[in-house]
Amino acid sequence: MAEATGTAGTAGTAAATAGPAETRPAREFTDPEAPRAHGRVLEGLRGYGLIVAMWIRSTMTYRTSFVLSTVGNAAITLLDFVAISIMFSHVDVLGGFTLPEIALLYGSCSASLGLADLLLGNTDRIGARIRDGSLDTMLVRPVPLLAQVAADRFALRRLGRVVQGLGVLGWALWSLEVDWTAGKVLLVPVMVLSGAAIFAAVMVAGAAFQFVAGDAAEVQNSFTYGGCTMLQYPPTVFATELLRGVTFIVPLAFVNWLPALYLLGRPDPLGLPGWAAFLSPLVAFVVFVPASLAWRAGVRSYRSTGS
Amino acid sequence: MRQRVRLYAAVAAGGFRRYATYGTATAAGVFTNTVFGFIVAFTYAALWDQRPGLGGYDRAQALTFVWVSQSLLAAGAFIGGGFQEEIQERVRTGDIAVDLYRPADLQMWWLAADLGRSAFQLLGRGLVPLVAGALAFQLALPSDPWRWLLFLVSVVLGLVVSFAVRYMLGLLAFWLMDGSGINLMATVVSIFFSGMLLPLTVFPGAFGEFVRVLPWAAMLQVPMDVLLGVHSGAGDAVGALGFQAGWVLVLLGAGRLLQSAATRKVVVQGG
Amino acid sequence: MVDDDALISLDGVEKVFDVRRRVSLMRREKRQVRAVDGISFAVARGEMVGYIGPNGAGKSTTIKMLTGILNPSGGRLRVAGIDPARERVRLAHRIGVVFGQRTTLWWDLPLKDSYGLMRRMYRVPRARFEENLERCVDRLDLAELLDVPVRQLSLGQRMRGDIAAALLHDPDVLYLDEPTIGLDVVSKAKVRGFLRQLNEERGTTVLLTTHDLQDIEQLCERVMVIDHGRLMYDGALGGLHAAGSAGESERTLVVDLERELAPISVPGARVVKVEGPRQWLAFPAGQSAAPLVSAVAAEYPLVDLSVREPDIEDVIARMYAGRD
Repeated sequence: MAEATGTAGTAGTAAATAGPAETRPAREFTDPEAPRAHGRVLEGLRGYGLIVAMWIRSTMTYRTSFVLSTVGNAAITLLDFVAISIMFSHVDVLGGFTLPEIALLYGSCSASLGLADLLLGNTDRIGARIRDGSLDTMLVRPVPLLAQVAADRFALRRLGRVVQGLGVLGWALWSLEVDWTAGKVLLVPVMVLSGAAIFAAVMVAGAAFQFVAGDAAEVQNSFTYGGCTMLQYPPTVFATELLRGVTFIVPLAFVNWLPALYLLGRPDPLGLPGWAAFLSPLVAFVVFVPASLAWRAGVRSYRSTGS
Repeated sequence: MRQRVRLYAAVAAGGFRRYATYGTATAAGVFTNTVFGFIVAFTYAALWDQRPGLGGYDRAQALTFVWVSQSLLAAGAFIGGGFQEEIQERVRTGDIAVDLYRPADLQMWWLAADLGRSAFQLLGRGLVPLVAGALAFQLALPSDPWRWLLFLVSVVLGLVVSFAVRYMLGLLAFWLMDGSGINLMATVVSIFFSGMLLPLTVFPGAFGEFVRVLPWAAMLQVPMDVLLGVHSGAGDAVGALGFQAGWVLVLLGAGRLLQSAATRKVVVQGG
Repeated sequence: MVDDDALISLDGVEKVFDVRRRVSLMRREKRQVRAVDGISFAVARGEMVGYIGPNGAGKSTTIKMLTGILNPSGGRLRVAGIDPARERVRLAHRIGVVFGQRTTLWWDLPLKDSYGLMRRMYRVPRARFEENLERCVDRLDLAELLDVPVRQLSLGQRMRGDIAAALLHDPDVLYLDEPTIGLDVVSKAKVRGFLRQLNEERGTTVLLTTHDLQDIEQLCERVMVIDHGRLMYDGALGGLHAAGSAGESERTLVVDLERELAPISVPGARVVKVEGPRQWLAFPAGQSAAPLVSAVAAEYPLVDLSVREPDIEDVIARMYAGRD
């Protein structure tokens, strides 16, 4: 991360000194052009990194609590998968899928959601921040708001869920007999990362929505946690209307269903062609457009609390 | 005594009203519960189509289980959203000292407030998902009013058990500075062991028997079985309610012990 | 009155909120509230200005527009030549903000860690940072506190820590929203002394809102009073002071009862306001609240209570009363 080394200085300010004879502080380090020179995105990432580092340090002041909760977090999110295993103690296939096949679905969406949750999972706290007024303190900082909101209360323990998801995914890939091709090998990391990006876009849109509907944080859970609950089961158990909705409207099907069906050599119940499995990164990129527009509109409409 | 009752009634009414003002939050919650209801209902339908009679339920009963659990989700604060975060925050900031000086018992105060909240969420967040589920799927809701009455009693007992557990989790903030990890774990545990994720009657063997006597079973599985008529005989239902009442006494008692340990430890942060 | 030579200039600035109020269960009423209703003023570099008025008068809204938090609905506003809402991030480098009731310090970390974050966030060169920090530490008496986690600081210590945090990047303007609220006498004196010095030696422009009359008396030569979104007074403190400040000040005990009751009666206090089950009881500032609390608790169904300190609103109220 490069430090700004602005040289332009701020024209006009030094001249306007009406105060006491004291020398004015040099202001080369607050060169207003610096953020633009670096680009807003880079500036945002830098700020995000700084704040995340602070939260990690905060967490480390309670080291035992951190270790316990990370391990506990991983172990305990596995209970989801235990429930699925219990189902499979009664049946051999569900919706035509075997346990390892479902583990592939479960592991990939759990890892994707875990990753999105780790990196910007606390964006849903923005509603609380708006209500208690602490968003104001973020707005007077020289870091783009989204970066601050995304980094808010960064919780490294959420790595637990990512590790657990990847573990189940690994077990699934090991148990399944996949006809590996170069494309399929590549598809596995692409699936997990694009899935995380899609969930991340949903989280940004959800945070934007909270500017309008103060405390509607929960709607976002329908799409993130609810989505992941759905995606861990095969698409064949759901009604076609639902499948259409999560393919074409909120494109959660691209998180893991389409790529996983391709890996397993199964057809998509909606009849999408096989190459659709590779569209996930593009879909992730496309959903960020409405999400970021919504975010901008949200920030513009911010009205702070009371008074 | 009368004044006490009136005080707690006022606190409960306050809890009810407070949540009643969160219009959008309620709508958002109803939406979420309905979405989850559909997702889980489809998976249960697939499972029960393949294994009719699994866990002692037929398909309609299993689907009823799904939708009624979604209706109770907010009221029982199975995934948080009750008061424990609030207690933790008050301990963190030291505001808890104010609570201790109130002319009321801390545990009863919070119980009253939490039951007020539950009552609102039972109505505000329970009815719509259940109606949606009943329209979309064939459910096995009983027609006998007595069964509904027993169910209601069982739900209230379940809510108190849920409160008692969350009260202790809230008080843990006196010892653990950061409650968020604990809350997250508590959520997953309560979803799994209450039967929210999968009815406990489906859990196999000795493990199944074990989870069915834990306090979390008293929060959801027991009320569901009362509703579905698993405990249809009068004696059976009394046994089921007695099981819940037993956990109420044990857990509220444990909460009081923890509370007195906590008050001895009051270290007001900051201020 | 466009004065771009001034550090802060407002010309006919307005802020209108749409307020939706629930009339009945189903019906909502939408109406517009003019929180700030055409305010114009200019503050020159190096001034120290008190910005006061009753709750809900539009003080905070003005400050929030000056810091870029809120978009004005109308009028023209410049701070150091920058349009705040438009270039919020750029403005952030030029201003320091302290919200009295809200710390920006990191709760679980030693105080100095928060300062380290400020250095990086604002890209303050290390030498400059060390110099500024040393000065703040020295004058705000923070040396012993640097290694203490913020959560262990008292309110007064935390406020001093927050003020230092707002100044490490050499802002042109410092906004303070209730900087002495809830502080003990010693902390208040320290904070005031520091602000005075800051203004005199470094020429930092200070704009502060407060409920504490002494803040204004000891710090500001110029006072602006705002009410109902309009500027009611702009001038020397003396002019304002002469208008009010007669009579003994009172504290207020706010009690929440179980239900709505007629104004309650307890010796040593009088009910000044009733709103549903909540009642406001005024009593002499010098008197302890304890006997009053127990008297209320003994006779009435008490649910909750709080005590409010005397404030500048009284003075303003008396100022109005004196005018009429």
